[in-house]
Amino acid sequence: MNTSLSWIKAYVPELQCTDQEYMDAMTLTGTKVEGYERSDKNLEKIVVGQIKSIAPHPDADKLIVCQVDVGTETIQIVTGAHNVKEGDKVPVVLDGGKVAGGHDGGPLPEDGIAIKAGKLRGVESFGMMCSIEELGSDRNMYPEAPEEGIYIFKPETEVGADAVEVLGLHNTVFEYEITSNRVDCYSVLGIAREAAATFRKPFCPPEVKVTGNSENVNDYVSVEVQDKDLCTRYMARVCKNIKIGPSPEWMQRRLASSGIRPINNLVDITNYVMEEYGQPMHAFDLDTVAGHKIIVRRAKDGDEFQTLDGQMRKMDSEVLMICDADKEIGIAGIMGGENSKITDEVKTVLFEAAIFNGPNIRKSAKRLGLRTDASGKFEKGLEPRNAEEAINRACQLIEELGCGEVVGGMVDVKEPIAELRRLPFEPERYNKLLGTDVSEEQMFEIFARLDIKVEEENGKKVLVIPAFRQDLVGMADIAEEVARFYGYDKIPTTLPGGGSTTGKLSYKLRIEQKARDIAEYCGFSQGMTYSFESPKVFDKLLIPADDKLRETVTISNPLGEDFSVMRTISLNGMLTSLATNYNRRNKNVKLYELGNIYLPKSLPVTELPDERMQFTLGFYGDGDFYTMKGVVEEFLESIGLRDKKDYDPKAGKPFLHPGRQALISYKGEVLGYLGEVHPLVCDNYDIGTKVYVAVLDMPKIVPLATFDRKYEGIAKFPAVSRDISMVVPKEILVGEIEQIIVQRGGKILESCSLFDIYEGSQIKEGYKSVAYSITFRAKDRTLEEADVSGAMKKILNGLEQLGIELRQ
Amino acid sequence: MKEKLEQIKEQALAQIKASDTAEKLNEIRVNILGKKGELTSVLKSMKDVAPEDRPKVGQMVNDVRSEIEAVLEEHKTRMENAMREARMKAEVIDVTLPAKKAEIGHRHPNTIALEEIERIFVGMGYEVVEGPEVEKDYYNFEALNIPADHPAKDEQDTFYVNGDILLRTQTSGVQVHEMEKGTLPIRMIAPGRVFRADEVDATHSPSFHQVEGMVVDKNITFADLKGTLAEFAKELFGEETKVKFRPHHFPFTEPSAEMDVTCFKCGGKGCRFCKGEGWIEILGCGMVHPHVLEMSGIDPNEYSGFAFGVGLERIALLKYEIDDMRLLYENDIRFLKQF
Repeated sequence: MNTSLSWIKAYVPELQCTDQEYMDAMTLTGTKVEGYERSDKNLEKIVVGQIKSIAPHPDADKLIVCQVDVGTETIQIVTGAHNVKEGDKVPVVLDGGKVAGGHDGGPLPEDGIAIKAGKLRGVESFGMMCSIEELGSDRNMYPEAPEEGIYIFKPETEVGADAVEVLGLHNTVFEYEITSNRVDCYSVLGIAREAAATFRKPFCPPEVKVTGNSENVNDYVSVEVQDKDLCTRYMARVCKNIKIGPSPEWMQRRLASSGIRPINNLVDITNYVMEEYGQPMHAFDLDTVAGHKIIVRRAKDGDEFQTLDGQMRKMDSEVLMICDADKEIGIAGIMGGENSKITDEVKTVLFEAAIFNGPNIRKSAKRLGLRTDASGKFEKGLEPRNAEEAINRACQLIEELGCGEVVGGMVDVKEPIAELRRLPFEPERYNKLLGTDVSEEQMFEIFARLDIKVEEENGKKVLVIPAFRQDLVGMADIAEEVARFYGYDKIPTTLPGGGSTTGKLSYKLRIEQKARDIAEYCGFSQGMTYSFESPKVFDKLLIPADDKLRETVTISNPLGEDFSVMRTISLNGMLTSLATNYNRRNKNVKLYELGNIYLPKSLPVTELPDERMQFTLGFYGDGDFYTMKGVVEEFLESIGLRDKKDYDPKAGKPFLHPGRQALISYKGEVLGYLGEVHPLVCDNYDIGTKVYVAVLDMPKIVPLATFDRKYEGIAKFPAVSRDISMVVPKEILVGEIEQIIVQRGGKILESCSLFDIYEGSQIKEGYKSVAYSITFRAKDRTLEEADVSGAMKKILNGLEQLGIELRQ
Repeated sequence: MKEKLEQIKEQALAQIKASDTAEKLNEIRVNILGKKGELTSVLKSMKDVAPEDRPKVGQMVNDVRSEIEAVLEEHKTRMENAMREARMKAEVIDVTLPAKKAEIGHRHPNTIALEEIERIFVGMGYEVVEGPEVEKDYYNFEALNIPADHPAKDEQDTFYVNGDILLRTQTSGVQVHEMEKGTLPIRMIAPGRVFRADEVDATHSPSFHQVEGMVVDKNITFADLKGTLAEFAKELFGEETKVKFRPHHFPFTEPSAEMDVTCFKCGGKGCRFCKGEGWIEILGCGMVHPHVLEMSGIDPNEYSGFAFGVGLERIALLKYEIDDMRLLYENDIRFLKQF
């Protein structure tokens, strides 16, 4: 909402403050000022001058030389403008002055344009005559300005006067951010009322008189509201003998300062009252209203209607229409119809001020794709008493501005209007909520400023809430009013007392913190990617058409297909991020992410999906499958999963290399998987190198994790090691060999570690050479040769059963 | 005998002086003091000495022995020192050569900012909790005083799954989940992802993070809210930070406020960073609306509370002077490595 300070001051005449003071004070009482702009910015030394004589320039056909009376003296000005004649009064910027912009109306330079005396083609010029664009405005706001050339004042304008003043540009336009609860503040009067309360000055709204001749409006028009749920009040007044012409300058200037283009007296009055009261009004040409009857009802599905912008629009049965005896003539609260549009030939005008259902207007405007100034106001929910003020104000202006004759009376079809709200006066509760000690007297003074009346009722004080404050409904709302005008800054600062609580992270969050720590120790940096993605991702990841992963939680109104399904697998984000890095030629990139996947429990979705936190790691560059496996194990061990992890190469992940993938399990529970990304998938992501990923399903891991540790003692007795080297059929996994060593090594087996694996020319076809170092130790004694050789024998027997040959 | 000893001594001392390696010194020790050494052989010839002279001779031998040993030891020490010096001299390195780093990874700036916030509030006795990202309309809107036809519902540009299920637009729904648990008092913060239908640009993202905070107890006041958040701002942005509370409106708090902090670049004087205002808007907050307490089963006549919501990206962008929000979701390693 933009409004000039001078318009506000019209209702708060005693208001005295600088622009900055106004902004700060209003913001601190809750009418947030986003910023302000002075309309006279960079306009310096500009006066009204009168052209006394015009002579041709001796050396330039396109220039003329003018003698201009600027009040104190007559100066010579050379100009290229052609719309001026002798006797014209024009804005003149004097030597050393400034204008806001160029004559082409382009963007205004920050520091304006300095004007100095100088020579034009050899002829001295002591100033410049200005166009409206040079004064920082345009023909939208000053429709009387010529399309090209110098702005020309009315003949009665005083020579030598401050031209900026005459144009009403000594003004500041403030931009407000109005919160949705303060419907009343979407109007100049509403803001002025807040300004008066903020600065403790009297508030002087316009004095609205109900005007009208001796005729009866009911003889001109009748109104029938059929859908009362969507229209709780419909007021109609009639003005006849309309004379269309320009509205007065003061009205044009005020509209311009709010960014509204002046058009003619009738249109300007409706716009002016809409700004002033926040109540949109519509004017129909009564002669186009069939049967002089207004019917308010819902449209029929599929109805077509031409709005006054010339567009044909399709209606549905939830759109409220204004109709006459034969046809639809306007979309209620949104836009009038082409068929009842006001023209310059209008004789009799029907003014409508109504209260339409806010949510209905909002939804209709959205469905029709037609949000207008009016619908923007209606959708907030307007107040019926204010609407009555507004329509009477408009009729009063018609009369005062000589625009027409007001017919007596008003058609008013309405549902009962709610009584003014009464709330108990509860000073202790306000203070208790705020942590303040505001006295009752202070509170009464604040209420007086806000037009909240204090009355006695059964010996108790009650607050009578003014109609325009629909937002004040309970104790906390009144407490806020007290706080706003007592001053948020004066409220003390304390810390909560009361029961003590333990500050902590949930167990899940602690595990996630550990995951971050370990990933980072291992060289992985944290990435973040979106939770929604394109359904095409599944094709990129080679996921079969019937795979469960394709069952997604789908957004019904996404930003586009690329953001339309909630991810069921975390890899797309990781691969996309790695691809970004790869394309930017970043070397050795290691990333991890902790983020949810969303698995629907049923389709269509009827309950919240299963949100599963995924710990996803990915890298390209230095390292291989086993590097990733190492990171996985570091993490699992750091959260207490210290026993053996099992790796099943038959992971069945279509997006991973078929020979380089594994499910990770721990004590029979599958925790996730890792592997090298399938070369085709790498191609799909334009990554020209090998990529390794691991995905750990945190909901599986968290219940297994523990931060408990028990000291097991440091071995006191010596260990005995045996190295074995064997020739193994290629298809046997070292995991199987290890399993035999562990099973058969007995209690004294401490560890076994692979120290060599080799396939090649010295080994027969279909076999590989594998070498282990096996360590035995007893906790309570020094092992004897017999212990070790017994255990080794069992191990070797077991290995032989697998078809493994021992090498000597 | 005495001459003999003197001679051994002189000879030994001369040899020690002339020797330049540890091996030579050892040789001398063996030759003179060893089992078959010269001095030992003198002792062995004691039997030829008159018994009454033996103690005296024995004493003389021992004196010579200790003297030689002392000189030997001294020479050895001196020699070792010299050798160590020489070795260290040869081992001088160029300390300005590049470091050999263990390549550790880096946390995302969002997480760094979040962990800061968590640290501050955990220290004040708050529990860090979470809520669902795909949420029921009731928790995201209705239970927060935003009924079906409320304009605020439109303002938030919500992604819907269906009429009843949506992607949460705010973490405020976690307030309701916590209150419904029925355990009082509550002091919690709830970080998490939220979603709004904003096109991606330098200052918008359809997915971002908030940190919700709430305290519910007896006698909680707006003054407590101010005090708590002022403390938070000082911890997060520095001891000198001042705060300003401006009235605002949120459907689920009343009174409501927005909090500004003094610009941490210019300290409040006004600079390009704070657009000349000296203040930067940080968060929205307020006293939990009595109706919201009531809907979640808490008696507003007995309990009161405050709540606040911080945009995590906003904090991260401000604190680390990141000028484009898109950088946070690109995951370019050159960006991440700076944190």
